[in-house]
Amino acid sequence: MSDFAFQLLLTLDATLRVATPLILCAMAGIFSERSGIIDISLEGKLLMGAFVAATVASLTGSVWLGVICAIASCVILALIHGFACITHRGNQVVSGLAINMLASGLTVTVGIALFRQGGQTPPLGNTERFRPVEWWFVETFDGIPGFGAIYRELISNHNILVYVALVMVPATALLLYKTRFGLRLRAVGEMPEAVDSAGVSVTWLRYRAVILTGLFCGLAGAYLSTAQGAGFVREMSAGKGYIALAAVIFGNWRPVPVLLACLLFGFLEAASARLQGVEIPLIGAAPTQLMLALPYIMTVLLLAGFVGRSSPPSAIGEPYQK
Amino acid sequence: MTPAPPLPRWADVFVLPLINLMVALLVCGLIVLALGENPFVAIVVMIKGAFVYPGSLGYTLYYTTNFIFTGLAVAVASHAMMFNIGGEGQAYIGGLGAGLVALWLAPLAPLVLVIPVAILAAALFGAVWGLIPGYLQAYRGSHIVITTIMFNFIASAIMVWLLAGALMQPGQQSPHTAQFAVSGQMPKLHDLLNVLSFNVAASPLNLSFLLALAALLGFWVLIWKTRIGYEIRAVGQNPKAAHYAGINVPLVIVFSLAVSGACAGLMATNEILGVQHRVVLNFTSGYGFAGIAIALMGRNHPIGIFFASLLFGALYQGGAELDFEFQSITREIVLLIQGMIVLFSGALAYMFSAPLARLLARLQVRPKPAEGET
Repeated sequence: MSDFAFQLLLTLDATLRVATPLILCAMAGIFSERSGIIDISLEGKLLMGAFVAATVASLTGSVWLGVICAIASCVILALIHGFACITHRGNQVVSGLAINMLASGLTVTVGIALFRQGGQTPPLGNTERFRPVEWWFVETFDGIPGFGAIYRELISNHNILVYVALVMVPATALLLYKTRFGLRLRAVGEMPEAVDSAGVSVTWLRYRAVILTGLFCGLAGAYLSTAQGAGFVREMSAGKGYIALAAVIFGNWRPVPVLLACLLFGFLEAASARLQGVEIPLIGAAPTQLMLALPYIMTVLLLAGFVGRSSPPSAIGEPYQK
Repeated sequence: MTPAPPLPRWADVFVLPLINLMVALLVCGLIVLALGENPFVAIVVMIKGAFVYPGSLGYTLYYTTNFIFTGLAVAVASHAMMFNIGGEGQAYIGGLGAGLVALWLAPLAPLVLVIPVAILAAALFGAVWGLIPGYLQAYRGSHIVITTIMFNFIASAIMVWLLAGALMQPGQQSPHTAQFAVSGQMPKLHDLLNVLSFNVAASPLNLSFLLALAALLGFWVLIWKTRIGYEIRAVGQNPKAAHYAGINVPLVIVFSLAVSGACAGLMATNEILGVQHRVVLNFTSGYGFAGIAIALMGRNHPIGIFFASLLFGALYQGGAELDFEFQSITREIVLLIQGMIVLFSGALAYMFSAPLARLLARLQVRPKPAEGET
């Protein structure tokens, strides 16, 4: 296998790892936004999930308990968002911002009070986090040129949450497009009056949507601190929630295109990490900052209608008044 | 449940915001309690730290200056019903403008020339960074909230690229520019007052504070005393009606976002020209987002914005004092307070409106005769 191909393979492998929290967060965003609730608090929920997962894993030694508590904490934040946006018809952007600030403040404050390590959790041991799962036949396939390496690096040897994230995409699509709940969820984001006049509760539907959002964000957060990293560090979400939001918009609020957007954005990040300080023929130093900013730039261009066309749910951002 | 009676104006302007603020502080107090500290002791420590110790008032007002600028930025756009959450990026790019002028002009020209030009550059750069999302909203229909979020990140990438590249101080490894020459440094207020033989403790408070007060006045004049201010409010209240009244709605939106960006950009005069004296990474450190809390609490009015900024300045400065006095709580608690304030004064602003109105109506035993009745 040539060196370039192997480098590319490693980058794709890293892409999958970087894209996993984006995918989970973006699916979370799809549920909320398709139901008509803008969610810029993906970032805050991601951060909170990461903190709670690492904290609980560190205190109890159980990573699974960490995941469950991370999900619970994100669902609580999502319910606060729902309470403000659905019940009190507050401004959805303001509420989202408030949750981001709360998450930012709470994680650091509680982290310092609990561990006295400047807001970090202690580093997690191997049993307190998700480890890569080696699939069967890795050794057997190693002999096959090309496929052996792809199987070992790209398909096998990820932790369970990576596979969960990948499974969640078709699951989201099925739920949205093949179930009655999904149909109603989409309808409530397009025309809540119609759903209401059919005798279905707009409020309860939207609450269920934000609960799903919290659930997925909790998984994403747990991935950050107990699978990708080994412990929580301050502000470790570092804008990933916003990139996921960009991916939701870029993928036009549809699961499979959103997945592709996440993979693209993940690839840009993985590649820019690999190209740091590398000289490229004809270009010179690799423009890593540009690559990191590309998701945002592309989203702006798409929203402005310079490339493609954006079609958000029609009732998004509007509180429903019965 | 019967619909609540209308809330009297005085209650809407004073009582309701106060209740929201108190609830936000109450929740924070409970969290402090849960962390095992006494919230009342914490408040006393914060007040002492913000106002009592020598120089502390200067620090408080220095933070206040930042909040006034970013609060104004949100408020200007809010009057046009535009939600500018890009203050962070606009301030960042404003710092680039101020920094470029201070770096290149300061060695050549005296302070009285450099500082005004640098201030203008900060405003101009910030304005451009607000104007582009404004244009995209007004003429291309992209959602201002999303675009300004994206522009925050784009600004951040540009600044990292510049500060670790073209603008990095030669011979240095850390990403910041060289220090400005003296004529590129905003004079400190305590230096000026000491020259006038007042004895004032040293603090980072500088002339930008006066600029911020002037900006508050300018904001009031612009929004309530000029034609374009009227147009901004008209567009905010009802864009369709404004359009039929002959107002160029997209242009007004772009203008309001440009002014908004300029206000945010001016924050850099305090941080960059006043204190850092070089452009550094992440000097905006959340002030842009805090501006949203300021504008919400201050109800987009200059007097409200001033007092909200003062409160936040006191929280920031007083919060620093917590680090010395407590084991379990640090200045980061301020972020929590900020979040609670945005939640209760912003997203849940009207949660207590109906109960309060009912309560007031009940208290008013004798109904007042309506105006005009004999």
